[in-house]
Amino acid sequence: MMRTKGKTNSSERVLRKEERKLQKRIKQQEKYFMSSQWQLMARRLVKHKLAVISFVILAILYTGVIFAGFIAPQGLEDYSATYSNAPPSKIHFIHNGKFVGPFVYRYDTEFDKFRNKIFVENKEEIYPIKFFVKGVPYKILGFIESDIHLFGVDNSNLPQGKDPVVLMLFGADKLGRDLFSRVLIGSQVSLTVPLVGTFISFVLAVIIGGLSGYYGGWVDTVIQRIIEVFLSFPTLPLWMALSAAIPPGISVTKVYIFITIIMSLLSWPNLARVVRSKFLALKKEDYVLAARLAGVSDFKIIIRHLVPGFMSYLIVNLTLGIPGMILGETSMSFLGLGMRPPATSWGVLLQECQSISNIANCPWKLIPVIFVGVAVLAFNFLGDGMRDAADPYK
Amino acid sequence: MDKWRYIAKRLVLSLFTLLMITFVVFFVIQLPPGDFVDTLVESMVAQGERVTEQEIIQLKAMYGVDRPFIVQYLDWLSGILTGDWGVSYFYNKSVISIIGETLWPTIMISLITLFITYAISIPVAIYTAKHQYQLSDYIFTFLGFVGMAVPHFLLAILLMYLSFKWFGTPLMGLFPEGGIVSWASFLEFLKRLIIPVIVISLSGTCGLIRSIRAQMLDEQERPYVLCTRARGVSEKKLTYKYQMRAVLNPIVAGLGPMIAGIFNGSTITAIVLMLPTQGPVLLKALRAQDVYLSGGILMISAILVVVGTLISDLLLAVLDPRVKYIEESK
Repeated sequence: MMRTKGKTNSSERVLRKEERKLQKRIKQQEKYFMSSQWQLMARRLVKHKLAVISFVILAILYTGVIFAGFIAPQGLEDYSATYSNAPPSKIHFIHNGKFVGPFVYRYDTEFDKFRNKIFVENKEEIYPIKFFVKGVPYKILGFIESDIHLFGVDNSNLPQGKDPVVLMLFGADKLGRDLFSRVLIGSQVSLTVPLVGTFISFVLAVIIGGLSGYYGGWVDTVIQRIIEVFLSFPTLPLWMALSAAIPPGISVTKVYIFITIIMSLLSWPNLARVVRSKFLALKKEDYVLAARLAGVSDFKIIIRHLVPGFMSYLIVNLTLGIPGMILGETSMSFLGLGMRPPATSWGVLLQECQSISNIANCPWKLIPVIFVGVAVLAFNFLGDGMRDAADPYK
Repeated sequence: MDKWRYIAKRLVLSLFTLLMITFVVFFVIQLPPGDFVDTLVESMVAQGERVTEQEIIQLKAMYGVDRPFIVQYLDWLSGILTGDWGVSYFYNKSVISIIGETLWPTIMISLITLFITYAISIPVAIYTAKHQYQLSDYIFTFLGFVGMAVPHFLLAILLMYLSFKWFGTPLMGLFPEGGIVSWASFLEFLKRLIIPVIVISLSGTCGLIRSIRAQMLDEQERPYVLCTRARGVSEKKLTYKYQMRAVLNPIVAGLGPMIAGIFNGSTITAIVLMLPTQGPVLLKALRAQDVYLSGGILMISAILVVVGTLISDLLLAVLDPRVKYIEESK
């Protein structure tokens, strides 16, 4: 008796479970059929593994951009003469056979038989790495002030008269500045110039390409000729010429704005062509004619009725345009025509790699290359994934 | 007849584009605040010379930099048209002669790179398209992405570093000391050519592989391919006689942008590797505000790109009678 009752109970439970599952699936399907184009795109994008990985990597990089001051153990202007060209700090866990958690040794400088400076770890004292240590004051997003850093070296063991020990995960540059901190701080320029530049060229492309495609006729002809002129230039020499025109001795913010404008100036023509061809295709649609008959202004037709029609397509193109801008800014700064000290960017960091002896002796100075490459690849993969996702015929 | 009209139209349009380019170039090189005389005076003062206000005005009149923009532009333009490209203040030589010195290494490197790009990308692209979703396809696709992501100048530095490690001396410059006189020096020249050609051709090759592969994959599904296979035509003949024709169009159409890309790459690569091409001269000219020299170099690179685009358009019209000129004559 007891047993049968238990059985019916369990079979009932299974039934109820099935029903719940079914309802859940119906709800999901309803959601799928009701979802907007954007939601559909997102669904497809999530299935693209490489795009998802790239998205995560970019999210990490941009978190670094926002919290650069907090994550970087050192500030922009910190330097130390003793640590000039120091190799990356080795993180140890075991001191004298005992586990004491992460710590570093102090570097002492010596000279080898060729009179080259070499760094030797002084194994007497340990300098533990601690979280949330006090350091250089910084600002997050320009208004949250603090002097607590994510991690850093506890210098309480320091003998008198010695320079404080600095944790240098990526080693130091010629002036003894921590490369890890500078990569983070530099990303604030290298990773935001492309975003702002893309936004500017997006606005330019929609306005100019829109005018060209919507009005056609002589407006179209003139704009097409202008675009052709822009596309006839090899970008890099023109970038160089424009960057060289940035007046010397102006503030860092102004240099930043100029570079962003230069980057976008040379990328809008391609985008404007895309916009134009889409306009040409869409303006013959009935709904556009209907809107015009209803007396909607041209501007409103463009913004409200035409642009949303190919927004996804445009965003894909924008994403795929970002890598070029990252490389452009890096190249310009590398040549000394872009960001200037005291400001830094990945290209500025790589300036030291111009001489071969520098790379031969301090290979860690090439680390920013990895960041440039990863960022460029991630944007490429993400853009590719978005293109596949935006294509409704797949 | 349509064809000739199209060709004539293209020629006129190219000339018009070149005219607009001269204006943009002149505008850009005039952008920096101050002019060449200011730079000159600055360096004279730095060397301890005294320059009076009067002398500055005289210098400005002598170099003609005190005239209005449009007059200077027209003057420069008429010079460009008659072959007098002005004098480089920095080198104290005529711009044309400096450009002449660097032009042929530049064109030579560009042509070699172009050749290598096509020689590598076409077979690789066809191979990967025929082996879609196989390991080799994935490897080449991944390599292609990486190749497009690495900035030119960094690759140049890395390869220079490697050559330094392997051969003891970094492979820099282009021509061996004393020029190419013997077989040995010619081999040395070829050796020095390796790094620049790899660096400059890489991104173009990767891009071309992607686009040809995509086009080839599209062709694979066409009915005529199935039909040809059914007739018993060998796969080799199918690929190279039938599918190749369809793939040729985007290859030829991409010639213009490809040449522009090569100029981009070679400019910065040449600066890093100290090649005797236009890149380093341009950088120097820009830094010294040597207006006519930088303008001349910008001009010549734009001219080469325009000519390249023109050639590719004309080739396309010859190769594929359907496209373009019908579309344009509408």
